[in-house]
Amino acid sequence: MSNPSTTTAPPPVQLLNVQVDGVWHQFPKGTRVIEACTQAGKYVPRYCYHPKLSSPGNCRMCLIEMGMPKMGADRKPETGADGKPVINWIPRPQISCAQDVAEGMGIRTDSPMAQECRKGVMEFLLINHPLDCPVCDQAGECRLQEFSVEYGNDSSRFLEEKVHKPKHVDLGPRIVLDDERCILCSRCVRFTKEIAKDDALGFVDRGSYSTLTAHPGRRFDNNYTLNTVDICPVGALTSKDFRFKMRVWFLKETRSICTSCGTGCNTVIGSREETMYRQTPRENNDVNSAWMCDYGRLNFHYLHDERRLTAPLLRQADHTLQPVEWRKAFATAAQQLREFKGEEIAVVASARMTNEELYMTRRLADALKCSLVDVVPRTGEADDILLSADRNPNTSGAQLLGIGGDKLGSRLAEIVEGVRTGKIHAVVCLGEDLSEQGLDAKVLEELPCLVAMSILPNATTRAATVVLPGSGFAEKRGSMINVKGRLQRLNHAIPSPGDARDDWEILRDLIQALTGSNGLYMIEDVFKAMSNDVSALQGLSLSKIGDLGVQVVTEAESREVPKTPLETATAAQPT
Amino acid sequence: MVSLLKQPHPRETRMIFKNVDRPGWKPDIDSYLGDGGYEQLKKALTMTQVGVVDEVKASGLRGRGGAGFPCGVKWGFIKQDSPKPIYLICNADESEPGTFKDRYIIHQDPHQLIEGMVISCYAVNAKLAYIYIRGEFPEGAKILERALAEAREKNFLGKNIQGSGFDCEIYVHRGAGAYICGEETGLIESLEGKRPYPRIKPPYFPAVLGLYQCPTIVNNVETLCHVKHIIRLGGAEYAKIGKPNNTGTRILCVSGDVQKPGYFEVELGSLNMGEVINDLCGGMKPGRTLKAIIPGGSSAKVLRAGEKYKIKEKGPDGAMVDKEITLEEIPMDFDTLAAVGSMAGSGGVIVMDDSRNMVETLANINEFYAHESCGQCTPCREGSLWMQKITRRMVSGEGATQDPKVLKSVADNIAGKTICAFGEACAWPTQSFLAKFPDEFAAKAQKNVTPREVSDGVALQGGRPVLVHDHEVAAASEGGVPEKIAPWELSNASKAGEI
Repeated sequence: MSNPSTTTAPPPVQLLNVQVDGVWHQFPKGTRVIEACTQAGKYVPRYCYHPKLSSPGNCRMCLIEMGMPKMGADRKPETGADGKPVINWIPRPQISCAQDVAEGMGIRTDSPMAQECRKGVMEFLLINHPLDCPVCDQAGECRLQEFSVEYGNDSSRFLEEKVHKPKHVDLGPRIVLDDERCILCSRCVRFTKEIAKDDALGFVDRGSYSTLTAHPGRRFDNNYTLNTVDICPVGALTSKDFRFKMRVWFLKETRSICTSCGTGCNTVIGSREETMYRQTPRENNDVNSAWMCDYGRLNFHYLHDERRLTAPLLRQADHTLQPVEWRKAFATAAQQLREFKGEEIAVVASARMTNEELYMTRRLADALKCSLVDVVPRTGEADDILLSADRNPNTSGAQLLGIGGDKLGSRLAEIVEGVRTGKIHAVVCLGEDLSEQGLDAKVLEELPCLVAMSILPNATTRAATVVLPGSGFAEKRGSMINVKGRLQRLNHAIPSPGDARDDWEILRDLIQALTGSNGLYMIEDVFKAMSNDVSALQGLSLSKIGDLGVQVVTEAESREVPKTPLETATAAQPT
Repeated sequence: MVSLLKQPHPRETRMIFKNVDRPGWKPDIDSYLGDGGYEQLKKALTMTQVGVVDEVKASGLRGRGGAGFPCGVKWGFIKQDSPKPIYLICNADESEPGTFKDRYIIHQDPHQLIEGMVISCYAVNAKLAYIYIRGEFPEGAKILERALAEAREKNFLGKNIQGSGFDCEIYVHRGAGAYICGEETGLIESLEGKRPYPRIKPPYFPAVLGLYQCPTIVNNVETLCHVKHIIRLGGAEYAKIGKPNNTGTRILCVSGDVQKPGYFEVELGSLNMGEVINDLCGGMKPGRTLKAIIPGGSSAKVLRAGEKYKIKEKGPDGAMVDKEITLEEIPMDFDTLAAVGSMAGSGGVIVMDDSRNMVETLANINEFYAHESCGQCTPCREGSLWMQKITRRMVSGEGATQDPKVLKSVADNIAGKTICAFGEACAWPTQSFLAKFPDEFAAKAQKNVTPREVSDGVALQGGRPVLVHDHEVAAASEGGVPEKIAPWELSNASKAGEI
């Protein structure tokens, strides 16, 4: 496939000279003033502005002093002693969030006028705010708190009764609203209209009594509602799932990816000690912009399910499953598998496994001389936003590593039939449940060898001869390739429970029990071995993938990442 | 039955209001056609579109809605070859307190407005126009609908108007009762069916990105009516009415403590304030003296009687010379009212006599603006209600010594810091009342109150942790052992002035 953008050079970017706090900088044409200030190291505080949403300019926190070049009689900018344009400062403060930089523009982010404006806005925002920070779930990541440090007053001048508004509003199944905390920045309103394409939120009443609400008679219930909690600069919108569970300053942040569909939204996992409390989207403009869906975001509680498999299990003579040491489990599994010829064995793997795990699966199949290997496809309804029809996070990885042949799942019927007819005597089932493929418990229990790796019990583990407890996505490192062919990294946020182990290690030790040492000691070794085998991964390593991933496969199953109207307009306009 | 019709005052120059209160006059098309109606439209349609714009430019017509922006210049912003449709909107959301002129045009002479609008549409090449009429004028809306139907029937509206090849349609849209819909971009949002949140400018200048993101002209009712007379007289001739840069006539709506309040159409600048009060309005009420005037609708800055105002006037040699005049001597035109620190605004002249308390007056104005703030921008949303609460409390006798200072600071933090001019509209009364009548405010701000004593959110009002800290430091520096202070003791401590 040829990409036209690689053959034609992009149009040259026009650079504009802009003075920020007395220093001249150059910014590409089309840069927002507020972004230019950030690039110049002068962060301008803001509430309503969000780079992925339209700019209403309503919070007035980003007011700055602005000027344009002074024009001489010849209609050309006058230049000063330094050869730079003389700036005519506008007497009124200007918002920096809704204007692009212009040639010769002057900006003062911290002049007395700008400071005065911010102090005024801070005071206005707090006079009717409940100031209930000690019990507010936003405490620690609240913009009101942050900017109060710089622009807040040490005492209040407000003698009046505050405006009272609805509290504990059940806005939707996942969101609670405190209208008294709301500063009416409209980020949530714009997000749900512009990104989630669900014009569900708005303001009613006016002036200081303005109140955020869902459309009358409607609940705020789409698959992207929790993004409004992320972008709410204050504690007005809180997540029912996360609120009051943990003070945010105790959370350890781990950069990872969501594994609930093929999109692979970039995330930050918030955990403390052994517990994962939340995951929030992390900006990656090649994958998920700055958002993720509610389904993916909340799909982690199973990690803390009390039924988690925490020790290897062996089928006993009395048919019960009993915990054993890992050594014993590996030895028994290897012993059972060795009983059969390659053609009597099948391996069912999962496209929820990492590349490293799938690579080890391939090695395991080689060690068993087994050619009947497949992964279970998993699909659902896609939306036009982020959720992919492919509910497996690593289908592309499985394809790239050649697991399951040309079409994933195409050999599953053969495996099922083989088990039913008794042609197949041993099955290694990795992260899947064979009962979902139509093999009931009775058939599975008759298999003389059924090695099951899983994190939760299912019909397969209950019928298995050996059960190997693995790790969930937040408990391990590894890589996956999303539907757009982007290689991305999972990172270890929390420990696996009990004696459960990282899946790649389990596979390595099982191979080792079958064939002896294989020289793989760290996951980096696996990646290295894999990159030697797979041309698309050559020259890469886990650390080289970086936090934003790298494109390794041509966009086979191309999907558009949602763009804001702003981004679309910018993309359409050659700058 | 006594006739409610009022004879024009001899010092008036009735042009726009020619048919208002005219005996025997009906707001129907027959009355209008019998008086030379729609002749100016026919004339305009023989001119080029640019020619009409040029006449309006030459006339020097300034907007009668409030800002006084030159109408021809505004029209000149429209690119007539725009690939997008061009819209014209008549702003009939007359809601500035003290203003009551547009409703009489609509009620008694709707065809004059329609004729002015069709001419204006032709000038800016708009094929579609809207009359945005405030919700409180249901009768006016009906009258306009009827008049539009009449005009349509006679082909002064619709396709191929009078055989000229020019198509134009006008629709009436009723507001729902919000002052902010008079702000042109708020009006446009409302017309699009949204909350009337005014738009940010740049980039949403109506002439470029107006209604449905198309080029749009928004003009006041009175302004559009003037267009008809500019065509009748020609721009240059029209410009001879009034004063340079303040051309034409203007309808003054006088309310307040005068003998005969009402509307008066006068040549711009032909009368000063004293003449308006004493000649047009029959003077102040018996035994009363003039105290203050708000000259251009409630948002205009108040002017105090007895003060001297500095203006520049052309001397005999043509050079500008400084001159000091009294309030009564201020001529009622755009430039002079701006020069003395207020504005001609919407033409609503509010006269106050010595019986008025200025704190109460401001409290009344603040009630209005707190109620009408749309709530979009932080300073106006929070500040307008804060000012209302302070002045309401002052009127109730609970004024605190710091109130005037806080009031001024709140107003200063609003003006110039919001998306639309409502920020100024709500801040200017407070700023000017405080500046002109400081004694009256001080008199109603006598109580010693600290935030802690009255606020319900006491423990969390800022500053208290600092006080604890300061107290401990003070105690330590005096050699004493830092005393732990219970929160409930703090207010006593601060009351006693220890901290």
